[in-house]
Amino acid sequence: MAPMSEKVMVELHNVDKSFGENKVVKNLNLRIREGEFLTMLGPSGCGKTTTLRMIAGFEDVTTGTIMIEGENVVNKPPYRRNVNTVFQSYALFPHMNVFDNIAFGLTEKKVNKQEIRQRVTEMLSLVQMEGYEQRMPSQMSGGQKQRVAIARALVNRPKVLLLDEPLGALDLKLRKQMQVELKHLQRKLGITFIYVTHDQEESLTMSDRIAVMNNGILEQIGSPDQIYNQPATKFVADFIGESNILEAAVEIADGANLKVVFETGYAVVKATGFTKDEAVYISVRPEKLKCAAAAVPGFNLKGVVKEHIYVGSIIKTIIELPDGQELIMSSLTGTPLIPPGETVWVYWEKEDTVILHANEERIYNLSEQVPKIEVRA
Amino acid sequence: MIKKHNKLTKLLTMVFLTLIYIFLYLPIVVIIFFSFNTSKLNIVFQGFTLQWYGVMLQNTGLMSSLKNTVIVAISTVVISVIIGTLAAIGMYRYEFKGKGIVDSFLYIPIVIPEIVMGISLLAFYHILNLSLGLLTLIIAHVTFAMPFVVVTVRSRIAGYDMSVEEAAMDLGATRLHTLLRVTLPIIAPGILSGAMLALTLSLDDVIVSFFTTGIDSVTLPIYIFNKVKTGVSPDVNALITVIIIVTLLILLLMRTYEAKSQRKGRI
Ligand SMILES: Nc1ncnc2c1ncn2[C@@H]1O[C@H](COP(=O)(O)OP(=O)(O)OP(=O)(O)O)[C@@H](O)[C@H]1O
Ligand SMILES: [Mg+2]
Repeated sequence: MAPMSEKVMVELHNVDKSFGENKVVKNLNLRIREGEFLTMLGPSGCGKTTTLRMIAGFEDVTTGTIMIEGENVVNKPPYRRNVNTVFQSYALFPHMNVFDNIAFGLTEKKVNKQEIRQRVTEMLSLVQMEGYEQRMPSQMSGGQKQRVAIARALVNRPKVLLLDEPLGALDLKLRKQMQVELKHLQRKLGITFIYVTHDQEESLTMSDRIAVMNNGILEQIGSPDQIYNQPATKFVADFIGESNILEAAVEIADGANLKVVFETGYAVVKATGFTKDEAVYISVRPEKLKCAAAAVPGFNLKGVVKEHIYVGSIIKTIIELPDGQELIMSSLTGTPLIPPGETVWVYWEKEDTVILHANEERIYNLSEQVPKIEVRA
Repeated sequence: MIKKHNKLTKLLTMVFLTLIYIFLYLPIVVIIFFSFNTSKLNIVFQGFTLQWYGVMLQNTGLMSSLKNTVIVAISTVVISVIIGTLAAIGMYRYEFKGKGIVDSFLYIPIVIPEIVMGISLLAFYHILNLSLGLLTLIIAHVTFAMPFVVVTVRSRIAGYDMSVEEAAMDLGATRLHTLLRVTLPIIAPGILSGAMLALTLSLDDVIVSFFTTGIDSVTLPIYIFNKVKTGVSPDVNALITVIIIVTLLILLLMRTYEAKSQRKGRI
């Protein structure tokens, strides 16, 4: 076990970015630890690439500061920042072979020839591309180019590596394989990764923390587990995985117990910080949803089983509420199924409830706690 | 039936092609042929001789016009490649007010009739009190050749993912290094074809040169043009033969260079 790093590597402080009238990043605050694997996740156009480009120095911030290793870099050109980027389009130099591509950064730093040869060779074996030194970029597959792009960035031993959907162009199988390899590399080298993707599964499996962005705003930042199980906003609950989201109003707020009423029923859940008559969203994951033949204490939510859908090893059961809203319940194949048309009472464990203020501005904590990251040497 | 039809089409295609090539190249062949003719007239072939090549070297008017042509052409290529390439890169990279207008003005010299350009340049020089000579000639040639360089370089840039420039800076290259190590090598084929265009345009220009040249700076095309009235002497044929051979050699070199780089996987 290696020591855990406490050092903040990259910090964004109140960063705003506009293109003309168009505000694409709004008051972004992020603190990324040394050796951390942070993923920026969000729908297309939410400002992920723009944020990455501001960190790399290709785009100016409109207001705010960006610190790398405690130093404000907003006025530094890209070639004076100790970060390297893996571009989505790879951006390999088409007129140079693999060796020269990887050696580019080192020749710029005037490293001597012998060391260049040694470090490039080392990188090639790290990304399993030995023997490809003389290949030109036009003579390689997407996955191979990807590896070269990663090697070209890593050979400079950057403190921070920025990756903009690096696996976007690969097929599913290669993508999965590269995910494992990338994660392994990151752990091995202890480099801070800021990784952009709009593939939520990728982010959940690879990251130490995920920053979910929407419309230029940071919706939530936290571990994959927190993001999945304790979404902070309706957007996050909706965007990550599947969720049953019900509109509700608080009827009784009595200490830890909260009674919320739906259009067609009610539930008693555990939560604090809510007031009577407040509008809320209740979010429950399909795998947490259960149903019974009679009402369960604390729940009164009746529905009709509509159909079962087989998705690999799980079955999704669609349950329709009287007001027409459909809930999804997932269970493993092999569990006994309730025939379509039957009336059921829906419930879930109280602690599996996610309850969100409906009328509150997005709640994200500016002084968010940065978790300790393990760095294995 | 079909086979017969195919044969006929093939034959017609061949005839047609041959005619086109004869039409294109026969005049050139004739000139080369007559450069070895003992007779002074380009009508009948009397016997083989190399004497006109000697006469050509002795003809001071011809030689000095050749020298002028070469000076003007090389200067034109160098100047228009530098200005044109920078313009193309600048127009690609920067957004500024009135870019559209600047853009369209760049293309006007391409479409404007040469005679209009020649006259306007002459008037312009007159206003500036510039006496006509090599300088005015070079300025004139750069004016019509430069836009072609811009066009070829821009099309090369447009066909490329220029995020490689960002990649270079990301890897620590300053702007100058990025230009020298990445941008220029990538757009080099565009620059080269622009340069070739500028070279040929300058070498054989008559109309604009006619208006902008002085007595001491007559170029080869104008020299020949003037001689046409009295009949072209065979030493001109000899010079043209030399020029054709040099041009062919250059083309051959370029072809092999291209083939080589293609084999290496560079496009
Ligand atoms: N150079 C630019 N000029 C003007 N608007 C821009 C520019 N670059 C990006 N934008 C706008 O900024 C917004 C955010 O773009 P960005 O590329 O950061 O999105 P993204 O989150 O990376 O999306 P994707 O997942 O599709 O890559 C978009 O609305 C985009 O149109
Ligand atoms: Mg993007």
